[in-house]
Amino acid sequence: MSNAAVTTATSSRATDAGKSALARLGAAFVGRLVIIIPYLWLLFFFLIPFVIVFKISLSQTAIAMPPYTPALDFRDGISGFFAQLRQLSVDNYTWLTQDALYFNAYVTSLIIAAISTVLTLLVGYPIAYGMARAPATIRPTLLMLVILPFWTSFLIRVYAWIGILKPEGLLNQMLLATGIISQPLIILNTYTAIFIGIVYSYLPFMVLPLYSSLEKMDYSLIEAAKDLGCPPTSAFWKITFPLSLPGVIAGCLLVFIPAVGEFVIPDLLGGSQTLMIGKTLWNEFFANRDWPVSSAVAVILLLLLTVPIMLFQQAQARAQEQDK
Amino acid sequence: MKSLGSIRRDFAPWNDPNAKPYIQFDNVTKKFGDFTAVNNLSLTIFEREFFALLGASGCGKSTLLRMLAGFEEPTAGRILLDGQDLRGIPPYRRPVNMMFQSYALFPHMTVENNIAFGLKQDGMPKPEIAARVAEMLKLVKLEQFAKRKPHQLSGGQRQRVALARSVAKRPKVLLLDEPLGALDKKLREETQFELMDLQQSLGLTFVVVTHDQEEAMTMADRIAIIDKGEVMQVATPAEVYEAPGSRFVAGFVGNVNMFEGRIARGEAGSASIDAGNGITIRTDNAGNAAAGTAVTFAIRPEKIKVSSAKPAGAVNAIEGEVYDIAYLGDMTVYHVRLDDGQVVRASTMNAARITEDPLSWNDRAWVSFRPDAGVVLTR
Repeated sequence: MSNAAVTTATSSRATDAGKSALARLGAAFVGRLVIIIPYLWLLFFFLIPFVIVFKISLSQTAIAMPPYTPALDFRDGISGFFAQLRQLSVDNYTWLTQDALYFNAYVTSLIIAAISTVLTLLVGYPIAYGMARAPATIRPTLLMLVILPFWTSFLIRVYAWIGILKPEGLLNQMLLATGIISQPLIILNTYTAIFIGIVYSYLPFMVLPLYSSLEKMDYSLIEAAKDLGCPPTSAFWKITFPLSLPGVIAGCLLVFIPAVGEFVIPDLLGGSQTLMIGKTLWNEFFANRDWPVSSAVAVILLLLLTVPIMLFQQAQARAQEQDK
Repeated sequence: MKSLGSIRRDFAPWNDPNAKPYIQFDNVTKKFGDFTAVNNLSLTIFEREFFALLGASGCGKSTLLRMLAGFEEPTAGRILLDGQDLRGIPPYRRPVNMMFQSYALFPHMTVENNIAFGLKQDGMPKPEIAARVAEMLKLVKLEQFAKRKPHQLSGGQRQRVALARSVAKRPKVLLLDEPLGALDKKLREETQFELMDLQQSLGLTFVVVTHDQEEAMTMADRIAIIDKGEVMQVATPAEVYEAPGSRFVAGFVGNVNMFEGRIARGEAGSASIDAGNGITIRTDNAGNAAAGTAVTFAIRPEKIKVSSAKPAGAVNAIEGEVYDIAYLGDMTVYHVRLDDGQVVRASTMNAARITEDPLSWNDRAWVSFRPDAGVVLTR
């Protein structure tokens, strides 16, 4: 009697378990789907294009459409496909190491990007600090002013700098008129012009993350530091700056990463003799029509930038940890 | 009237005419634009005193503290600390430390480094810093949390780190801005006593800002009651409660019943007050109020007795109806509506477990009190 009751209870529990297991499976599927979508996104828009570029970098240049071999197709069946695969080689990468031009271009790009990043930080930090300490009522306006240049095309804004920096340009006219200089300054087509262009163009990418980390900082921390005997400058270096580090790192990487591969600014403001990897890439691709070599240049550039991108993600994770 | 003195028997420098004030606010005014936060205020605080600034939010009490710390400069008047005018001295050169309401712990530093921060600023030698930090951690019982970051601590632990950091430098004066505001009730009560012990053992002068009257009453030697940037009364907790100087103070601290009336007949100290509607109150505490003066008679609920029959020989007994009863365990609060409509609040300690003759809603009842139970207020 009691045994039967127990059995019934058990079986009903089993049915419940079966139902809930099904429900759980469904929920798990929906849960997976939510994760799968971004992965699909990455697959289509990042991984597949990258694989294509990587494959081209292993091909040989050819006078054909597309301008490289093998083209990898299935016209000769699976075995033909594998025969084509065997034609791929790392020749282009070897080529990159043999010509000093590429190495110099990479190094110059990294140095120019690093210097520009430091300059942008020096210009951007006081701006972000001033914005974060401004009365709360005018902060949205200041923020708007930082974003405002984006309303004009980047290309046009860089062109405008030619008009300002050229020997008979606005800047020289002003300086000559006020008598500060007697000879026009040669700025256009020098590295200085590139620095000016990069600092100007990327300033918002530095200011915004800095602002957001400075703005959420509790001002009573500075008061506490002063209260404990810390003069204002020292309080800045001991409290404000360390606490804004996530913003500093984010801003620096947002400037550094695109600046390394920058093409428009060195091309328009730096003149023909500047050696930056973005320009080299453009030349290989459009002037020489050497898709395989330019793809190899792009792959190496990507690998070079992976390191700072990983640093960036680590910094972000750390910032989130601190927010908790 | 018996003495309404300090809770510390031998400590009452404010009654000593020769005592030198330690902190002095001299006619201090602070304006923010059009808003007057502190209005021509004068105060003296003595060395080793536990002084509380009590008031509702926005009354200017925090501004007083911030002026003492050096974060704000008075618009007019001066503040003296141990005889030295503080005007123009930046916060980092003042011998006072503050415990912030938000605690303001440095989030990127460990507990240890938070406490050591001020000591490093002073250029104290490293071994001494280590010793002092260890001592402070022991004082606030956080030895095992030395290496933690503030976000890994509970609210109560953070409060203690903030306290340790602010006393680590042994300041002449410790300023506490709502030090217990963020703690739950039980922890707050425990911490009140810890703060008092700390103040005693370190021999520091404490100035605490609070809106919690119970907190101020528990901890402080004297309380300044602030309203709209002005001092309403400065007195010991017992004085503030038993001898409030004005209607505002009587109403602000604790519960009180007030009767408006006129002095009908004044003798030396005692008087009859005609409170209208046939109610006459006899009191011994009329001071020297002249006959005909409009006064408020204020009496605390626990000094009023409620009974179902008129007590024999009672000087003051008024009849009414029980309107509401709140049983709070340790005591019972009766709301008695007098025949003129005024509601009187009376509380009775439940000293016995079972009360004979319990009152119920809508019962006729008498409220009675002794002639020395209330105070007469003219302001």
